[in-house]
Amino acid sequence: MLSLTPEQLMLAALVIPYIAAVLIPLCWRVPNIREGVTLVAAVALATVVWNLYPHVIDGARPEIVGFSVAPGLDFAFKVEPLGLLFGLVASTLWVVNSVYSIGYMRGNNEPRQTQFYVCFAVALGATIALAFSKNLFTLFIFYELLTLSTYPLVTHKATPDAFKAGRVYLFMLVGTSMVLLLPAIIATWVFAGTLDFTPGGIFADKVSPVLMGGLLVLFIFGIGKAALMPGHFWLPAAMVAPTPVSALLHAVAVVKAGVFTVLKVIVFIFGIETLAEAGTGAWLLWAASFTVLTASIIALRQDNLKKRLAYSTVSQLSYIVLAAAILTPISAIGAAMHIAGHAVAKITLFFAAGSIYTAAHKTEISELNGIGWKMPWTMTAFAVGSLAMIGLPPTAGFFGKWFMLSAASTTQDWLVIAVIVLSTVLNACYFLPIIIRAFFREPEKVVAGHAVGAQYAGHNDDHGEAPWPIVVALTVTASMTVLLFFFPSVPFNLAQLMVAG
Amino acid sequence: MIDLQPHLPILQVVIPLLGSLLTAFIRRGTLSWLVTLIVTWTLPFIAVALFLQVQAAGAPIYYKLGNWEAPFGIVYKVDVLSAFMLCLVSGAAAVIMPFARKSVASEIDSHQQSWYYTMYLLCLAGLLGIIITNDAFNAFVFLEVSSLSTYVLIALGRHRRALVASYQYLIMGTIGATLYIIGVGLLYLLTGSLNFDDIAARLTSDLVWPLEPLLAALAFIFVGLSLKLALFPLHVWLPNAYAYAPSFATVFLAGTATKVAIYLLVRVMFEVFGVALTFDRLPVAEILIVLSVAAMFIASFSAVFEDNAKRMLAYSSVAQIGYITLGIGLFNQAGLTGAFAHVANHAVMKTALFLALGAAFYRIGSVRFSDLEGIGRRMPLTMGALVIAGIGLMGTPGTAGFISKWYLAMGALEAGSWLLVFLIVASSLISVIYVGKLVEVMWLRAPSPAAAEAKEAPLSMLVPLLLLAAATIYLGFDTRLTVDIGNQIATLLLGGLK
Repeated sequence: MLSLTPEQLMLAALVIPYIAAVLIPLCWRVPNIREGVTLVAAVALATVVWNLYPHVIDGARPEIVGFSVAPGLDFAFKVEPLGLLFGLVASTLWVVNSVYSIGYMRGNNEPRQTQFYVCFAVALGATIALAFSKNLFTLFIFYELLTLSTYPLVTHKATPDAFKAGRVYLFMLVGTSMVLLLPAIIATWVFAGTLDFTPGGIFADKVSPVLMGGLLVLFIFGIGKAALMPGHFWLPAAMVAPTPVSALLHAVAVVKAGVFTVLKVIVFIFGIETLAEAGTGAWLLWAASFTVLTASIIALRQDNLKKRLAYSTVSQLSYIVLAAAILTPISAIGAAMHIAGHAVAKITLFFAAGSIYTAAHKTEISELNGIGWKMPWTMTAFAVGSLAMIGLPPTAGFFGKWFMLSAASTTQDWLVIAVIVLSTVLNACYFLPIIIRAFFREPEKVVAGHAVGAQYAGHNDDHGEAPWPIVVALTVTASMTVLLFFFPSVPFNLAQLMVAG
Repeated sequence: MIDLQPHLPILQVVIPLLGSLLTAFIRRGTLSWLVTLIVTWTLPFIAVALFLQVQAAGAPIYYKLGNWEAPFGIVYKVDVLSAFMLCLVSGAAAVIMPFARKSVASEIDSHQQSWYYTMYLLCLAGLLGIIITNDAFNAFVFLEVSSLSTYVLIALGRHRRALVASYQYLIMGTIGATLYIIGVGLLYLLTGSLNFDDIAARLTSDLVWPLEPLLAALAFIFVGLSLKLALFPLHVWLPNAYAYAPSFATVFLAGTATKVAIYLLVRVMFEVFGVALTFDRLPVAEILIVLSVAAMFIASFSAVFEDNAKRMLAYSSVAQIGYITLGIGLFNQAGLTGAFAHVANHAVMKTALFLALGAAFYRIGSVRFSDLEGIGRRMPLTMGALVIAGIGLMGTPGTAGFISKWYLAMGALEAGSWLLVFLIVASSLISVIYVGKLVEVMWLRAPSPAAAEAKEAPLSMLVPLLLLAAATIYLGFDTRLTVDIGNQIATLLLGGLK
């Protein structure tokens, strides 16, 4: 335990990533020290955020108020349970991801590593600040910073494909946030007179049900990071980035920032009850259900492993939106639990994909026959992650679905139940075949004399596990996926506090 | 020792005028630069002193030239609006001076450098004169002083097309000034006065004025000044003028010239004719809004397809002027606040952007995209500042540009137009494309042969640039300098409503 006040801890959490972002380029000549900075910052950040947990459980809600941009519109931060949950997930996984990054970036001899680590630190800083934002205005600042700081990571490879993906990424994320989210925020400010996240919402008696429905459309599609269809194209495009980026940013930080914002808006701006009474939010169930199923079907058809994982993410994110859209406290708990559960599981899957790429230079699922015996740690971790995606015990993915189902059965939302059941089947259809391939199929025969050539072409069939930092990282996250099933108290307590207000 | 305090208003104009004479006699580049530096660094202090004086007094300060009484003599008037503009223009002129020495030395022939500073100070005197004078004809004189010197500033560009650009601007600018003076002439025939306040007082008196000539006068002045401020579609002179002028001239003009024309137009519309006459009798609001939106979209699209970075930013300026005129066209509290906040914010961001390009030009002698490829890694501080200013231009939250957009959109909502809200945000999306292009070319591409040789810009160029980049961020959080003053200006202008 650090003997700091909650405010000091909070301030430390907000600035640590930026200090790292300044120090990293100063140490660019000595890669070991440079990566040391990242590791120390990650560990320090996680320590600080974990130290906030007991305070928040005890009812503390520390605040920091900075500049006032307009009367009543402050650049301000406040830690509340949901934000802390997101902060815990992001900061904890940054530690693991940093270890993984070092193995991956060095294993693949990636260029421009200094820039990579700087952008990563800034992105994490933006994520933490977003999680701790006191109002929509502050959140919006860091929402955009998160997009901008991850753009150089998406275009890291500097190939024409990467540039193209970068353009899609920037244009879709900045575009939706500027054209839809910003008007929604301004309208909220004009109609409700505040942008503070307030338990119970700020719209009651101020905004008509019809306008509320309109604003919900603007918010939901404006938050492009939540990847609700048809605003999801940027996510598969972003897969061109190095795998550590896909793993922490495009499976955890960026996309969770999206669904986190959706949850914040529904719970603290609209208010669950206000929106349920207004009755103009029902379309969201359909939109989310559509995305859950359609993304799963598209995922089925992908042969590229990272692309399949990306569409799986699109689908899983909409679970969280769906859970929020049921508009009951239990479903909101389910949504919060799934933020944590999906995070650890999906990062494991991406770690595994990157591990395969580093060791074997393989990217397509059809090339993975028999790879499980060469890379047992990697593929076992992959299997654990897959189980979580399907929602089976003993993994963290179970709780989200459990709470969603129980909420849907109380409100008798048969649509939701049907969607969850169907999508579970689909999840199984696109994850289990990979595991079966990896462990139960013979590797394809290598044509005699071709093996040596294949090695030079990048395909290396004579390989073992990936470098140790990669293996350690994915083993840790896979263990977390299982541990979170047996010890779900941290996310559960925070989720409960969130709903209790 | 005479007490200078009451004479501050006239000093604002006289100092640069005398400075221009001095530089004309010196005939030596570096020494002229030093004189210019001293002059321009004095002016902001006077401007700020005037601003504080106005704030403390709570009423305008009048300064009678030669002690002639109001309608007969020329009177200078400093209120919140003009004090704000004085601070802005003199501040912009001062900040960029360190940049001038090396940039001018490398782009202007040595025997012309001194003249160049003469023209610069004349132009500055003209702009400050337009702001501070309360006399319609005197404003015309200053308008011509600033315009004529601007033509020279542009024509001295290295590229031969600078001559054509300057000639283009000369023709258009002269037409604009002519239209303005015709309007002023009509007003004089009608009211017998040239003093802005006096004309306004006569127009609001009980006398019945013939409406048609009055509206004709307004229309002449409106179109004439629209030419000077580059309101779409009267902007065609601007992209070439900015693109082919020497870097230093572009840097100066981009932050100041068009904004002073906007100021004069606002003064005439809101204070001389009054809101009732301007907006009820003529569809000025509608015209402004439609043309502004057209500028925001069409000029932005033109920017996207440019392959010369300076021209691209010039088109972006046309689009950004559209935001300002849009806010004026809304003529409500939030809209006007946004407009004047943007006058300041845009000046900061665009000056930074052109400074960065000026530094690149100093190093590699080109601002074409093909030559700028990969220059970011060679000039990281310069181009990092450019990225920050570019992000501000996009209106990203946490930067100055966002604050302007926020108030403009609020103004549109206040006016009850969701459509305008969406048009404002959608047009800023186009700026994402061209800023994105700039960033991609400079940072992500492999260095071009020219860029590979480049070094970081000299300190004298970096300091003003980094200062303005920092201001882009700072003004995104602390809005006392922009929004609070913009709010006061809006209140002042809308006071005419009651």
